[in-house]
Amino acid sequence: MNPTASTATHSLSVALVGNPNTGKTSVFNSLTGLHQKVGNYPGVTVEKKTGLFTDGDTTVNIIDLPGLYSLLPKSLDDKIACDILTDSQALETAVDLIVLVADASNLNRNLYLLTQILDIGKPVILALNMMDMAVKNGLSVDVACLEAALGIPVVPLVAKKEKGIDDLKRAITVLAGQPALNHSHHIDVPEAFTQSLKPLCDYLTEHTDYTQSYCRSLTLRLVSSDDALKYYARDWQQRVDVQQVKQHVHHIRKELEEKEINWHMAEARLRYQWIDRILKSCVSRTGELKAGIGAHLDKILTHPVAGPVIFVTIFAGIFQTIFAFAEIPMGWIESGMNMIGVWAASHIAPGLLQSLIVDGVIAGVGSVLVFLPQILFLFFFLGILEDTGYMARVAFMMDRVMRGAGLSGRSVIPLLSSFACAIPGIMSTRTIHDWKERLITILIAPFMSCSARLPVYILIIGAFIPTGTVMGIISYSALTMLTLYLLGILAAALSAILFKKWIKMPGGKSSFVMELPPYRRPSIKWTMLQMYERARIFVSDAGRIILAITIVLWFLASFPRTEQISPSQGTPIEQSYAGQFGKLIEPLIKPLGFDWKIGIGLITSFAAREVMVSTLATIYNLEDADETAVDLRAALIKDTDPRTGLPTYTLWSALALLVYYVLAMQCMATVAIVRRETNSWRWPLLMIVYMTSLAYLASFAVYQVGTYLWG
Amino acid sequence: MKTLNDLKPGEKATICGFADRDADMAYLMELGMMEGTTVTFVKSAPLGDPIEIDVRGYHLSLRRSRARAIQVAG
Ligand SMILES: Nc1nc2c(ncn2[C@@H]2O[C@H](COP(=O)(O)OP(=O)(O)OP(=O)(O)O)[C@@H](O)[C@H]2O)c(=O)[nH]1
Ligand SMILES: [Mg+2]
Repeated sequence: MNPTASTATHSLSVALVGNPNTGKTSVFNSLTGLHQKVGNYPGVTVEKKTGLFTDGDTTVNIIDLPGLYSLLPKSLDDKIACDILTDSQALETAVDLIVLVADASNLNRNLYLLTQILDIGKPVILALNMMDMAVKNGLSVDVACLEAALGIPVVPLVAKKEKGIDDLKRAITVLAGQPALNHSHHIDVPEAFTQSLKPLCDYLTEHTDYTQSYCRSLTLRLVSSDDALKYYARDWQQRVDVQQVKQHVHHIRKELEEKEINWHMAEARLRYQWIDRILKSCVSRTGELKAGIGAHLDKILTHPVAGPVIFVTIFAGIFQTIFAFAEIPMGWIESGMNMIGVWAASHIAPGLLQSLIVDGVIAGVGSVLVFLPQILFLFFFLGILEDTGYMARVAFMMDRVMRGAGLSGRSVIPLLSSFACAIPGIMSTRTIHDWKERLITILIAPFMSCSARLPVYILIIGAFIPTGTVMGIISYSALTMLTLYLLGILAAALSAILFKKWIKMPGGKSSFVMELPPYRRPSIKWTMLQMYERARIFVSDAGRIILAITIVLWFLASFPRTEQISPSQGTPIEQSYAGQFGKLIEPLIKPLGFDWKIGIGLITSFAAREVMVSTLATIYNLEDADETAVDLRAALIKDTDPRTGLPTYTLWSALALLVYYVLAMQCMATVAIVRRETNSWRWPLLMIVYMTSLAYLASFAVYQVGTYLWG
Repeated sequence: MKTLNDLKPGEKATICGFADRDADMAYLMELGMMEGTTVTFVKSAPLGDPIEIDVRGYHLSLRRSRARAIQVAG
């Protein structure tokens, strides 16, 4: 046995909490060595994530949580974090220690949550992150002074550079070994105020297991706002009579009004009073706050004219790059795959097995792997944009536009993330406060062209869109791609307006309040790590989902093996099970300009959109008796109808197919996530029917009108 | 009464009252905007709405309809 292997005997649960965008996930990654997603906008993390590190014989479980501003949740992501901190069950068991990650360059607001959390009565460490920013902004933060004022350990950090992480680890294990401290009171409540609060405070102390100081804190919160009661009552069992609490609150407010004390949001007023006082002595300004490069950048990026132009230019540039530069690595993968195919063909005796390996597995999986460079390019650019703080500005600029569709700027980031993949996009709608707005955003998110559509777009555009450029700047290919993305956006906008009218639901008053983070230099290292994660997922999906479907498809397309094929009934593949099935649905899709091969692809791509490409690759390779892999693009162009001798696919059927891919709901994983996030089958089913009918009608129109006018 | 909505880019003022007491306003107070807090109007979005303000050293965006309900002095 390895003598140095530690056998962990103790375990400890530590929750990372704090305001959004303060670097909790960066701290989490540094502590655990994991690579959870980091980004420079509020609301990157929307679910609980766990990891661990070991220290001697102690296993420390770290819980990363969504950010929140106060213990009064406004949206689902806040609520996830808040529940973990305030559930009575969690209070007793789940969390042993809380690390509050605060932005040192913006301590004032960060301490509001801290003072609320101190009242819970758990051991707390204040992790002062972004110390580099504080210094840059000319602030001097006196750590010893804060420790004295707050009565808890304070650890300065620069999580992005992994500075101070060992100190934090040490502070965690040291504090966990100490008996619980009684935090001093972190708020100055006037005596008259305290007197009035007493009856409810006593009632809660008697009827719950909360500590005295938590009851005091909670009473103040309940009196300060009506929303607090709605939230906290969920956790009270039979022992607390909500009606009685309501009455207490009512009486207290009356009494306070008589004393001429403003009870509305009194908690916020009192806590900030205390914070202002202690920060006056612990934080001093030593340098001038310079308007950095960020302010200049911001002037241009959000300029009334330049702003929107830059936005479109950025995205057009991304597509152009995807076409121009990804071609090269794409060629490498393509020839690598061909070499593997040739090698396999020469080592396996001709027959069924060779066909399965060469025409099925290598052609099918390879045809999708070829698109890895494009997908990585897309993720690289989106990653950079997310890390600079630009996304939050897009939300800021777009709020006015979104209002027309009954949404707000808050929906913008989930929709932009959906360009990578609808699943994280839909998850991040958890940051939207209003349920109806959230639902509409979920329903329109799949209209944003995700990375799984890229292989299909690129294949079809590459085969059917003529080469050439518009004014020598942007190629027809990139322009077509940009148009497809815009078509998705347009469909999303119109659908949002429609859903706003259709869905009858007591929507709250629409509002938009969002923190705008400072611009930051994007971290190439992090972006690379995210791309690596993406590549891993893409390749492993190709190795599982696409491999499995390809094998099944190969069987269906290779059998029955009629020895005596009658050419009059078509090629062997047309007579296979897959071919028969394709022929069966062909009448349905014929009006869109699709043949039975595309039909098979439309069905298989319900597993994942890129499966369309592997399906076509397998079919064409089986059809082509040759041992070398076929060039899929060339095969599509060359394909002719044996009966008429005309090309099977025209420009118009290609465009119809592209339009179909923009609009149709073809992703099982998205359906599953919508089911989970909306907690009913109603919305995912509506989404499938709505999107697919829309796709059908639009493709029909494109093919028929196009063929009629210019065919 | 002057409101946050009336400020010009770069102008500084002190909050002196709220015309509304809904949940959204409560949220702003938790974010640190209350009577006596100094705010600086940074700019408005390209379409004129929402606006960006500097409060307690960080930047926040909110709609003009909201800003109209926040009274300021100075
Ligand atoms: N300058 C500086 N930037 C940092 C530091 N730590 C994190 N960041 C950056 O701050 C941004 C937010 O980091 P995250 O770790 O995603 O923050 P979070 O608290 O998990 O955010 P949410 O999940 O949205 O609540 C990212 O752009 C980080 O690169 C730091 O110590 N200094
Ligand atoms: Mg996070």
